[in-house]
Amino acid sequence: MPVALFVPCYIDQFYPDVAVATLELLERLGLDVVFPEAQTCCGQPMANTGCVSETAPVARRMVEIFADYDAVICPSGSCTAMIRHHYAEYFTEDSAQYQKVASRTFELCEYLHDVLQLTRLNVTFPHRVSLHQSCHGLRELRLGGSSESMTPRVDKVREILKLVEGIEWCIPQRSDECCGFGGTFAVNEPDVSAAMGRDRITDHLATGSHVMASADMSCLMHLQGLIRREDHPITVMHVAQILVGRPVVRPASHANPPAPHSNPSETIR
Amino acid sequence: MKLPIVDHPTAARPFVTNPKRSQWHDKALWFVRSKRDKQAGGVSEWEHLRELASKIKTHTVANLADYLVQFEQAATRLGATVHWAADAAEHNEIVLKILKRHETLRIVKSKSMLTEECHLNHFLENNGIEVVDTDLGERIVQLRDETPSHIVLPAIHIKKEEVGETFHQHLGTDEGASDPKYLTEAARQHLRNKFLMGEVGITGVNFGIAETGGLVVCTNEGNADLGVSLPKVHIACMGIEKLIPRFQDLSVFTRLLARSATGQPITTYTSHFHGPRDPDSELHIILVDNGRTRLRGNAEFRDSLNCIRCGACMNTCPVYRRSGGHSYHATVPGPIGSVLSPTRDAKSYKSLPYACSLCGSCTDVCPVKIPLHHQLLAWRKELVGRGLLPVSKRVSMRLASMLFQRPRLFAIAGKCGRTALRVLPHWMTHNRLNTWTIARELPNPPRESFREWYGRNRNED
Repeated sequence: MPVALFVPCYIDQFYPDVAVATLELLERLGLDVVFPEAQTCCGQPMANTGCVSETAPVARRMVEIFADYDAVICPSGSCTAMIRHHYAEYFTEDSAQYQKVASRTFELCEYLHDVLQLTRLNVTFPHRVSLHQSCHGLRELRLGGSSESMTPRVDKVREILKLVEGIEWCIPQRSDECCGFGGTFAVNEPDVSAAMGRDRITDHLATGSHVMASADMSCLMHLQGLIRREDHPITVMHVAQILVGRPVVRPASHANPPAPHSNPSETIR
Repeated sequence: MKLPIVDHPTAARPFVTNPKRSQWHDKALWFVRSKRDKQAGGVSEWEHLRELASKIKTHTVANLADYLVQFEQAATRLGATVHWAADAAEHNEIVLKILKRHETLRIVKSKSMLTEECHLNHFLENNGIEVVDTDLGERIVQLRDETPSHIVLPAIHIKKEEVGETFHQHLGTDEGASDPKYLTEAARQHLRNKFLMGEVGITGVNFGIAETGGLVVCTNEGNADLGVSLPKVHIACMGIEKLIPRFQDLSVFTRLLARSATGQPITTYTSHFHGPRDPDSELHIILVDNGRTRLRGNAEFRDSLNCIRCGACMNTCPVYRRSGGHSYHATVPGPIGSVLSPTRDAKSYKSLPYACSLCGSCTDVCPVKIPLHHQLLAWRKELVGRGLLPVSKRVSMRLASMLFQRPRLFAIAGKCGRTALRVLPHWMTHNRLNTWTIARELPNPPRESFREWYGRNRNED
């Protein structure tokens, strides 16, 4: 029985290599992976705006599309949280399809840590890396301990990244402050959102990190937008890209221009 | 009363686009949150305490009528006079009546967010009564004719140099003075006089104990005690949700309150009042509803009545820290304020539930486990249901929904968008009309989407 790959809409359109990296990683681990092509978006932009009637049909078709798989794997904590924790109101309580999809959808690192219980990876990444924790990964999926909570939790994203050899960890002062993306928040509150993002970048830069890694590309899309505008010497990478051994490339606008076709966010093999 | 519509992004702009002030404010509050983390981390049963506090409050609110009656009876037995106020106007009238009966011209008041909520100061001043806020932060904002920007740290938005200017103007301190020790000493001497002249002392209430009829007021400056120790009359203003059932429940909350609020193990003063001080004195307790019963009837937002006003959600909120408390235009700002304010007037405060990135930090920090970010999300649904979302946003969400239900159209639209981004000159895609690009670049558009790549590489059909 194959597992399904759920690719968030913005990754499909703007960061295809994150999805390719996820697919290649899972295939390398021996999984039979299928990308159901009818999928589009989990409905989070509408849901977070409060538009219930606009979200409902999107949520229902998502569940239908993924109902036949044993597991749905998604390289995003935020979109996984949407399906797991915010779909209930669009289904009847006894909907077997909904129950199955909500309980069988996993964030990528979570799947590697909890289901596959991965202990080895033949990958090297000899770089200074700082981890940007996504809020929904931490506080909705509990992929790790949030700094407010006194309940000890395993940091699943970091545990999986620790299987990669050569990473020199850089630890920002604020371990899990929000980057200010927040979906439509980024355009509803552009000034506050940008200020939050800049503060995160400053914190990560101060550690001497060269690569800001995250399990959520949406946070990184926002941070990368600021990094490229302000020309900071740091690049962003999705965790899947690191796990599969992609090379590091500086952002396009930086003083050291990238080799042609080697930007991990653009290149597709 | 019709309130002006608050647009949080606009109201926040002057503060957040002043990086010096915004970053200083952010750091000051982050420092408080870090202290809170340290203190909370030192209590091994912290998460258990939060759960317990949440349950006690939920139980109390569920049985509020019974506990209120029990509290009234117990407080009356202790010799206090209990008043009931349905709303802010009634509350203010009750206070004024008591003051008039005692021919009072001057009152001293310790911190009470309830009296802020009822706009008591202006009401009393309009009736010829001098009101002196005795909490240092509140006194500073009062002298500056401002409102508190934080419920625990009312003057957190004001720098010490600005306090120096205010004190120079009102208290005659040296011009240009900004030494906190000097300024605090000046405030101390100034307030000491006011305490001596105060004829009636007004306080807020942190906890009312139904079982005993006692009141608990927590301060760090001891100003509540000073304010009610000299006058013969003490008026305690209390929201009806401040009750806890038993004396033994109190310790759960005192352990959580100060740690959550300021990162102290306990407030410097935890003052208990059981009836009037002596037979010549009076203790008036005003129980104020002002919308709380209505909120209690709302299953979605009822949990927000559990709030003990510690301010931890403000200290942790990345939006609040950068936009400042005044950007909310509400007595209670920050996450809890953004839940409470629309319950008073949804139209005026409709932008507040959106002044949130849904990071969830407030929910994890809240000592009584109010699911704050879920309530903010619930508010958004409520606002859309009431037709209060701007038409442009509703239309764009409708279009997005239609697009997401049609994978082929989605793929075509995506391709068109990416091509446009690639071929159009930078200035056409990056300008003030595109809010995303005011501060940020758009992603470099790839030639191929993932689904196109997948079609070529994995799908043999």
